[in-house]
Amino acid sequence: MSLDLDILTVRIPPQDNPECEFFWQSGADGKLRFKCCQDCGYFSHPPTPRCPKCLSTKVAPEAVSGKGTVLSFTVNVQQWIPGQAPYMIALVTMDEQPDLRLTALLVGVALDSAPGDVIGSRVETRFLSRDGIYYPTFVPEGSPA
Amino acid sequence: MSNNPERLSFISGIGRSASGRRLGRTAMDLTLEAALEAIEDAGLKREDIDGIATYPGGDAIASRGFGGPSGQQVQDALRLDLNYIYGSGEGAAQLGAMIEATMAIASGLAKHVLVFRTVTESTMQGMKGRNPGQGMQAASGFMEFLAPFGAISATNWFAQVAQLHMHKYGTTREQLAQIALTCRTNAGANPRAVYRDPLTMDDYLNARMISTPLCLLDCDVPVDGSTAVVISHVDYAKDAPKIPVHVNAVGSAQYGRPSWDQYEDMTSMMAQGVAKQMWSRTDLKPADVDVAELYDGFSIITLAWIEALGFCAQGEGGAFIEGGQRIARTGDLPINTHGGQLSEGRLHGFGHVYEAAAQLRGEAGERQIPDAEVIVAANGGGPIAGAMLLTRGISS
Ligand SMILES: [Zn+2]
Repeated sequence: MSLDLDILTVRIPPQDNPECEFFWQSGADGKLRFKCCQDCGYFSHPPTPRCPKCLSTKVAPEAVSGKGTVLSFTVNVQQWIPGQAPYMIALVTMDEQPDLRLTALLVGVALDSAPGDVIGSRVETRFLSRDGIYYPTFVPEGSPA
Repeated sequence: MSNNPERLSFISGIGRSASGRRLGRTAMDLTLEAALEAIEDAGLKREDIDGIATYPGGDAIASRGFGGPSGQQVQDALRLDLNYIYGSGEGAAQLGAMIEATMAIASGLAKHVLVFRTVTESTMQGMKGRNPGQGMQAASGFMEFLAPFGAISATNWFAQVAQLHMHKYGTTREQLAQIALTCRTNAGANPRAVYRDPLTMDDYLNARMISTPLCLLDCDVPVDGSTAVVISHVDYAKDAPKIPVHVNAVGSAQYGRPSWDQYEDMTSMMAQGVAKQMWSRTDLKPADVDVAELYDGFSIITLAWIEALGFCAQGEGGAFIEGGQRIARTGDLPINTHGGQLSEGRLHGFGHVYEAAAQLRGEAGERQIPDAEVIVAANGGGPIAGAMLLTRGISS
């Protein structure tokens, strides 16, 4: 059975921002993309118009594997929004580059897991489509499609 | 090194309004109360004030009580002519406003700068609820890649720092608890603190979780209140009525990515660069510090400052505060002697500076640390950081 990614009572959408539109649309074909420098190959996040490493303007969205390793996480318990069930947020280091990180929801991991079982664990990316936006969502690597 | 420009400044006056939960007073009302007290405390008249600096500037209603009146609004309310004005949320944390004031004085732009910070978050939350994402139609700025993923509260962002610190260094909740317990004990000796009842380890461990591993008692308490200081040129020190609180060194550095989740060492924060820069501007050493007033919006921030300032090595903060004796008022490094934001209330950084000045002057009453001569005050967490090293009396 596939994982339910729609775990937030209220989703705050990103602002309209031409710089980042590709990121929020990227999941349409099931792939996660980051800006990547066509000159030096450096991935960066959040997106900027120049490569933050070599300052090249030749930066373009490029698909990544969506796979990574959990650097840290938290289980949000407080009901900032009434009725919201606890959920897990994770900070993930993507496989493509040691300093390419993304914060997103992590779904499919028991909320009472020992921290040592979550940190360092392998995850991959799925997408929740809502109102024309594709929210990247992490799930344990190898989770049912 | 003694030529550091910040040493041309000292804190001549301190003031604060009533503070507490849901006072129902306006931000301007609180601000003027604090400002006039600070000006009088400095032995000055309002027309002597020729500069204003504040954090973050802007409008209290729009920011849900996070910001007080703008500098210009206070200028107008007091009908001042100013040689200098500054207000920004983007400086060296809340302390950035004070650091700017020292530089305005050093450069000759102003002689007496009124610096204030006002919050009415408690009243605003009473009116509008506590959901930090409430009213947010779309996430922009630094929230753009946090809020859409449910990371809507600063608790979430700092929780990940705490989680990694615990995982990597073996820091325990019992160790982290000492920040909250120490603050509460100190608040017991501070009549202005919001929470003064003693707190036990059991209370801490049984408190409800907010965002793992941070529980309710790891989070500070929103209040209403205004804090003000007057920063003056050292030429005025001989005429000032109170013991001068000298600015020995400041730290305003921003090294590494200014981000809640992209900073390289996620067990720490921008505090690292600020501390490094501050120590590079003085001959004083961490061992010379008598008291540390360290920002505690969340307990983990205080731990990060202890490490960043070099009171112990990175990762050894848990062991350093274990048992709480070392950071107690009777210990080697008393911290947050007023109870911090965890127990006195979130005056948002300026409460720590007010307390530092009161301690250096010997005005801290029941909670006075004997012979306090060197105090570090640090503000901010995550990508926000600033620090000041303050001494009792003007040193050369
Ligand atoms: Zn490049």
